[in-house]
Amino acid sequence: MTTTGSTESTATDVVARVTDLRVHFPVGRGSVVHAVDGVSLDVRRGETLGLVGESGSGKSTTGLALLRLVHVTSGTVEVAGQDVTTWSRRQVKPLRRRVAMVFQDPSASLDPRLTIGASIAEPLAVHGLRGSKAERRERVGELLDLVGLRPDMADRHPHEMSGGQRQRVGIARALAGEPDLLVLDEPIASLDLSVQAQIMNLLRRLQEELGLTYLFISHDLAAVEHMSDRVAVMYLGRIVETGTPEQIYRNPAHPYTAALLSAVPTADPARERERRRITLHGDIPSPVDPPSGCRFRTRCPAARPDCAEKDPDLYQVEEGHRAACLYKVEAVREMRAGADRATG
Amino acid sequence: MSVTEPNAEHAGPAPTPHVSERGRVWAALRRNKPALAGLFILAVLVVAGALGPLLAPYGINEVDADHLFQGPSRDHPFGTDDAGRDVFSRVLVAARVSLLVGLVSVGIALLVGVTIGLVAGYYRGVVDNVLMRCMDVLFAFPVLLLAVAIVAVLGRGLVTAMVAIGVVYTPIFARVTRASVLSVREQVFVTAAVSTGASDWRIMRRHVLPNIAAPLIVQTSLSLAFAILSEAALSFLGLGIQPPQPSWGRMLYDGRGYVQDAWWMGLFPGLAIFLVVLAFNIVGDALRDVLDPRQLTKDEARRTA
Repeated sequence: MTTTGSTESTATDVVARVTDLRVHFPVGRGSVVHAVDGVSLDVRRGETLGLVGESGSGKSTTGLALLRLVHVTSGTVEVAGQDVTTWSRRQVKPLRRRVAMVFQDPSASLDPRLTIGASIAEPLAVHGLRGSKAERRERVGELLDLVGLRPDMADRHPHEMSGGQRQRVGIARALAGEPDLLVLDEPIASLDLSVQAQIMNLLRRLQEELGLTYLFISHDLAAVEHMSDRVAVMYLGRIVETGTPEQIYRNPAHPYTAALLSAVPTADPARERERRRITLHGDIPSPVDPPSGCRFRTRCPAARPDCAEKDPDLYQVEEGHRAACLYKVEAVREMRAGADRATG
Repeated sequence: MSVTEPNAEHAGPAPTPHVSERGRVWAALRRNKPALAGLFILAVLVVAGALGPLLAPYGINEVDADHLFQGPSRDHPFGTDDAGRDVFSRVLVAARVSLLVGLVSVGIALLVGVTIGLVAGYYRGVVDNVLMRCMDVLFAFPVLLLAVAIVAVLGRGLVTAMVAIGVVYTPIFARVTRASVLSVREQVFVTAAVSTGASDWRIMRRHVLPNIAAPLIVQTSLSLAFAILSEAALSFLGLGIQPPQPSWGRMLYDGRGYVQDAWWMGLFPGLAIFLVVLAFNIVGDALRDVLDPRQLTKDEARRTA
């Protein structure tokens, strides 16, 4: 598979590059889950790359691979130009300072026994960043202030805080080691709607102030559009389409993306009346035994016999916009027509 | 989705008032009358253990040939034994030995067992299998038989008794620890700690151990009871504390021959064992209810049955 948009980017402005990544988990009796099965992507300095897909599409596993938190079956993971795929445990430690992670559910990702100050100070202690306790405490205060919490909250325990406050703590912890890249694994999925907006705005502000790079993993199409400079859509362990939010949301070139977007209601009543919903049948197939050829063919309204034979590469739709479909835009056009007939 | 960012949740929802876990546990224990009684008995035991020789009205080996086999009286509340020694003083002083054996042997079991369980549960796989199968081998022997075998190899005496009892109770701690570690290890906060670059050792010490403290506290309390009971049993068999040092088990053994004529020789040391074991059990059960209602360790019960 081709590296997404690698033609335009040079090595220096790529913070992380994943090439033909495969992560397979054995699940007993000889079965193997193909969680990630040939993913290539670049994360460029200062950008937000949105990774969107259903649960089970392998988006979180891809994020975990960037910190070497899962065993990489094949392919390479490069961070800051260095191939970290086979690094030893000792070498991986500084990697986990360069790349930090924010988890989905902050009430699960913070140790209930530790004060939030101690949780935030963990990366400092692990990497020996601020020697003395007083220095660390001061830095924790700065970090709390940075994420919009009062420094005197450092002595609280997670259960004494609201969900939004806890996620701010999770972000402060991720920032403690001054990372280049933040892997945001569904950072807003477990929060209330109003708090989601606050956390997204906080993330954007931090990105501006600190020059951070984000890999924003989410199943929320609207949130990904709002946050991202570029978007990659995943399905069953593969990237099926990638491009700018504009390209993908206005002009989806993969049947899966088109179907996903057609399910999102729009706020504008006039456009909502125009909306034609493409219905997908069945569930996402088991990653233990993914379909031959194109992985999406079992649910694709425009699938043809060929699709079971050939595994489509990403082709270029336009500059920076790629999709993996044998029949290119034709398939989407055909689906649209079908949907129109069905509802109109 | 554009909302101006309220630069803080400074004015967020009021946090729940701070109630420390310790405070909660205390409040719950105070409502539990049997647990309070148990704590009282344990307090008496600790005082006796610490100050026994100072409080005892007579010396432990103060032989009084004129007053053999005296029944309980004002001078000798628990009577005197076959050598005219004051039973009350001996029971009081023997509390120290019981407490010491209990603490040291459970300390050994805790240290070794928790380490083994922590490593086994954290690394799983081959390490887990090897360590836990070794524990299973130890576990397969009846408690006293194993303790007697260890004493037979190492020779009788206080230190051997402590080591033997410690070894015997190690597998229980290893099992309880491993089971808890297996579940804590899957928590997201452990993955989060790994993601910061923390070492295994740091994660075990800082994240895993504090989160499995509750079942370990309960197990410790229960094991103290059984350790004291085991010491009494070993001493009863003449394998523990050597006379003339007093120990409850040994006194029970000595009183055995005089049950009909001098029942107090056996009754009071027996009562002491009974009360202390009961107290540790009640407190252990109460702690289990308060700290972790789900964690029921059947191991101990099955083991000593």
